[in-house]
Order: sequence, then structure tokens, then C-alpha cells
Amino acid sequence: MRFKKTLLITIHFFLMILKISAQDTSDIMKELEKEIQQKKEFVTATFKTTRLINGHTVENVGKGVLDIKISHRFGQINEGSYELFGLDEATIRIGGDFGITNNLMVGIGRSTFQKTYDAFFKLKLLRQSSGNNSVPITLSYIPTIALKTLKFEDPSRKNYFSSRISYTHQLIIARKFSKNTSLQLMPTYIHKNLVLLAADPNNLFALGIGGRQKLTKRVSINVEYYYQLPKYKMPNTTNSLSIGFDIETGGHVFQLHFTNSKGMTEKNLITETAGDWAKGDILFGFNISRVFTIGNRSK
Amino acid sequence: MNSKYYLPICCGFILLANVAFGQSIFTKNGKTLFFSTTSVEDIKATNNQTICLLNLQTGELQFSILNKGFRFRKALMEEHFNENYIESNKYPKSTFKGTLLDIDKINFTKDGVYAVTAIGDLFIHGITQKVSAVGNMNISKGLVTIISKFKIVLSDYNISIPKTVLKNISPNIEISINCNLDQKR
Repeated sequence: MRFKKTLLITIHFFLMILKISAQDTSDIMKELEKEIQQKKEFVTATFKTTRLINGHTVENVGKGVLDIKISHRFGQINEGSYELFGLDEATIRIGGDFGITNNLMVGIGRSTFQKTYDAFFKLKLLRQSSGNNSVPITLSYIPTIALKTLKFEDPSRKNYFSSRISYTHQLIIARKFSKNTSLQLMPTYIHKNLVLLAADPNNLFALGIGGRQKLTKRVSINVEYYYQLPKYKMPNTTNSLSIGFDIETGGHVFQLHFTNSKGMTEKNLITETAGDWAKGDILFGFNISRVFTIGNRSK
Repeated sequence: MNSKYYLPICCGFILLANVAFGQSIFTKNGKTLFFSTTSVEDIKATNNQTICLLNLQTGELQFSILNKGFRFRKALMEEHFNENYIESNKYPKSTFKGTLLDIDKINFTKDGVYAVTAIGDLFIHGITQKVSAVGNMNISKGLVTIISKFKIVLSDYNISIPKTVLKNISPNIEISINCNLDQKR
């Protein structure tokens, strides 16, 4: 009798151990998963492509990726039916961006606006990440050089090649707040070697703000605004404001937008925008991006 | 029989319990590959941080993969995989929890290749499906390697392919696993 009782207790005890052991596998798994999850993870896809609307986003193309972009702006909608609400007119920039590393990309382009060539590089200095030693923002630096090749307005005076050149230095501070919402700030400094009037400033400062909100997995709405600081503003210009949509299909991104800017390089866009939204000086436009993977990605 | 047997029997059971249920082998850098093959495009991705855990006595077998750990040849494919298909922000990991059948018939001290079958729950993209897969267990000098190849249907896991890329992505994905369970716990 006594033995039976102890045996029962023992079996009970044994079953308890069995039960603890049965949980073991899942417990060990949880521990292992924890170790892996603590690893630093970079945030990706803050924006769909390297341009928000006219200006840059914080995004780069990946290493060995070539992104051909055709940006097209029609004329002003308020030009009326004679110009078919701007559709008779066109301003185009054709350009290519290439990823040298995942953090460094270079690009060139040619715009019909003032027959401008531009070249830039975009370097990621910080990358937003989660996990150990996480970083809350992504920070990029983008210097651009633009060359205006229109004939000189006054050929009789002595003209210098350097007069055609302007420089832009831009920082982009971006954060992906959730899988659908991203915002960025773009402080920008522009230097023009030659300006039209003696009263016009050569050095200009602007602060840009932009963001995107995803509407579906493949469509987002974007807003981009560049505010010229009053002290360093180009006279008789307006601030650039654009609203647009990104539509993604496989290797393409289509961007459709409304903007008051004709130019598509930073210097034209930020300091030479003439349109006024309130007067209906709005241009419809689109960007088409197609990526090609050239090199094999090595990790 | 009386109570003097109590202690040895009890000790015996505890010992047995420890021996029987304390043995798990695992890896944290197993390999998982997946392939999608169509006439237009081949897509291949590799994850080298697959966790695989096997309880040698009970046959419990578990896998866990961080979806963000898959590497593709094209950067954009990787982005689309995470953003549009597997939605790795919402569903950070894919798991398998199941059992390796007839594990007691395997002699872990003897080198060789054993055909094995696993059954259990495969969790991908927020959906759990009962699956079974066949594979091989290679034992060489006490080291256990699990190799398996099986197919899953994307629509079973509520992963839809948009019309524009219907020709580029196969509705059936082949998954290949190779885990060298070289660590013990």
C-alpha cells in the first residue's frame, strides 16, 4: 500500500519533469530567436524611389543598379484650351543614376530647361536602424553641380565658362515613422557664380520638407515643399510646392504630379520657380523610372 | 517490496527524464533557399540565418527564419519581397513547428543517410498550414545535417501576385533547406 502511494507520487513527479521537458524545445527556440533579433537591422524603403517629385529623397539605388529616369513637365494648366491646358508644351530631363555601393550613388542628367547639364553624388552618412545601437534617422549628403549651356545673353561682353556653373549642397534628414509614413527635411545651400542683376544674391538658402503616405502597397501620395529663407531668397520667385503619386509596377515606378516648378534640378527648382498655385500656374507632369541590375550583388 | 526502493526508483526516473528529454541539437545559421521559376524570370533568395532545432528523443523539429534575412540578386526584388509580398514589418518571421517521424529508428551513432518525414505547422505571412515534407538526414561522425526540398503554393498563404508581374513570379515556390545541427543544448 505504502509502496503504491510512493510510486504514484514518483510517477506524478516524473510526469511533471516530462511536461517541463516538453516545453523545452519551444523555450530553447525562443532564446535562439531572441539572439538573432537583437542584431542590427537597417530600415529599408523609406521612399519608393530616389526622387520625391522634383527633388531628391533620401533613397539610393542599390549597388550595381542603374536607374534611368525620364522626367516630363507639361505647360501651365491655366494657359487654357489653345495650349490644351499646357499639354502642348514640354520640359524634359533625362538622366541616369548608378549605385557604386549601397551607400553611394552618382547621377547625371540633361534638362531642356535652360539647356542644363547636372551631375551629383548622394552619400548616406547615417542609416535608420532597429535592434542594438539603433539610429533614429537616415542622413544623406548630396552635392550637385549644374551647367547652364544657353547662349550668353550678352555675347558682346567678356563671358567666362565659370559663369555657367552653380553648386548645390543638400542634406536630407529622413525618418520612416511606420511602414506607410515617411518624412524628410532638406536644408539646401545654393551658390550661383553668375546672377542676372547686381541686386540678386549669389548665395541662397532654402529648407525643404517632404513626405509620403502609402495608400496601398504599391501607390503612395507625396508632397514636397521648398521654403526659401526670406533673407536669401531669389527676388520675383515663388516657393516650389508639388503634390504627386507614386505608382509602382515591378521594375518601374511611375510618378504623376502637379507642381508649380518647371525646372527639375535643385538650382532651377528651388530658386527659379515662377508659378503661383493661387493663380493656377500649375503644371502636370510625370517621372518614369526603370531600373537595370548591371553587376552581380556581392554581400 | 517496500519503501526502501523508493529512492533508487525515483532517482532512476529523474535520471531517465534528463537523459531522455535534455538532448536538443540546433543551428543558428542554417540555409534556406527559395526559387521561383517562370519562362520570363528566375528568382532566387537565400537566408543564411535559419534557426533549426531538433529534440533527439521526442523528434520535435522547429524552424524559425527572419524574413528580412533573405538576400536576392536584385536589390529591388529584395525590397519588393519585404514590402509587398511577405510584408516583413507585419510578419517578421516564418516558422515551422512539427515532428520528425520515427526518430527512434535512427541510430545517431552510426554514419549514414536516413530518409525522414516531417509533419507540422508551417507559418508564413500570418497563415498557418498543416504540411508534410520528406527529406534526408545525414549523419557523419555524430554531426547531423537535415536536407529537404518541398513546394508551397503562394495563394495558400494569402500572398497575391499583381497582374503586371504575373509572368515573372511563379505561383508555386520551391523551398530548399540545408541545416547542419552542430550545436547542443
